[in-house]
Amino acid sequence: MDIELMINSLPKLLGATVITLKLLSASLIVGLIIGLLFAILRLNKNIIVNRFAYGYSYVFRGTPLLVQIFIIYFGLGQIEYLRSTFLWVVLKEPYWCAIIAFALNTGAYTSEILRSAFQTIKPGIVEAGKSLGIPNKIIFYKIQIPIAIRQSLPAYGNEIILMMKGTSLASTVTLMDLTGVAKYIISTTFKPIEVFIVAGSIYLFMTFCIHNLIKFLEKKYSF
Amino acid sequence: MELLSFGDTGWGDELLIATLMTIAVSVTAMLVGFLFALIFTPLKLSKNKFFNFIANSYTTIIRGVPELLVIYLFFFGGTGAVMFVASIFGYNEYIEINAFITGAFAIGIISGAYSTEVFRGAIQSIDKGQFEAVKVLGLSKFQQFFKIILPQTLRLAIPNLSNVWQITLKDTSLISVTGLVEIMRQSYIAAGSTRDPLFFYSFAAVLYLLLTFLSMKLINRLEVRYSKGY
Repeated sequence: MDIELMINSLPKLLGATVITLKLLSASLIVGLIIGLLFAILRLNKNIIVNRFAYGYSYVFRGTPLLVQIFIIYFGLGQIEYLRSTFLWVVLKEPYWCAIIAFALNTGAYTSEILRSAFQTIKPGIVEAGKSLGIPNKIIFYKIQIPIAIRQSLPAYGNEIILMMKGTSLASTVTLMDLTGVAKYIISTTFKPIEVFIVAGSIYLFMTFCIHNLIKFLEKKYSF
Repeated sequence: MELLSFGDTGWGDELLIATLMTIAVSVTAMLVGFLFALIFTPLKLSKNKFFNFIANSYTTIIRGVPELLVIYLFFFGGTGAVMFVASIFGYNEYIEINAFITGAFAIGIISGAYSTEVFRGAIQSIDKGQFEAVKVLGLSKFQQFFKIILPQTLRLAIPNLSNVWQITLKDTSLISVTGLVEIMRQSYIAAGSTRDPLFFYSFAAVLYLLLTFLSMKLINRLEVRYSKGY
């Protein structure tokens, strides 16, 4: 055990944790918007819209995140047309590519979580709202969405933890996130166990925080 | 399309072999995972606090730490451990251990943590009366477990195990960082030498979709088979 290395690598790893957290929060926010949008599309009665939303979630849930990130980072740059548009400013940065890939990935899972939450809302609740003369839009935004969010909290908590672990793939497109820095230290010092313990503890601490945050929210919004 | 032809000019045969490699690694990892689950599920259900602690640490750590980090630990750590043993015997050259074994083992440990949770849940949801009944009937321990408890556990566990299988299958793409030539690695090589990453990574995505789709069909059949009598 090389305690000195563990102490020395801690500041570097903590610095990299900031990038991990930035990636995580950005992709979760965008992913939640995408997820909500596609969950609503899934509930649409139009078969084409429905199929499109299902196809999106099927493809992104059925392929590894690594493939998705590689297609976006290495693949899209190949299209000549894209290089001339403003999109290229975004797509040439590995940071933004990683966020796009993560957001699309977590968006697919989130849409499934929200869809099943919408479907478990008892019809009586919507009917009650209608009989009170509340407009459909208000019923949706003020009744269905809050209930769906509450219902999906436990599953969404798991998704946040999975996404946090997913951000480690950013290191494959040259980003120096927590895993990227950990790998760098391992490959220069050849002390994998020590670095694993420090980096792993940071990840576990984040998992612990997310887990408790979700528990707190569940309690707060329980009914 | 000529990029996918077989033979020296295309990448079709290479990708086919890579796909078989992905399947082989996934199946091996899943079996290694079952082995771990076989050890840790009883520990988790045991009344001994110490055993509980060990099993809980295993599942919590593995499920809370990124897969890639675990793979790096085994990739770099495994080589180091073997070289350390070799140096005791006076062999100081660089030794590289098989990427297949490292990969299957690393993914297996991850998959084992998920399987453990699945089996624990399944055994806990079996009616207590079943356990009491086998005791009353005076069946041997062997019969109790393999004839009564296991079939019921499997029925409850299969839907969740199919999720574990999907996770394991997708996780094997991460082994490509260790150099094992599976779908991801082969696409990386092909993309590099043809300068057509978009095509090859998209094709890799199609291959993974095909694998998940076909395995779902297969598992659904298993599910029907094990739910016979319900």
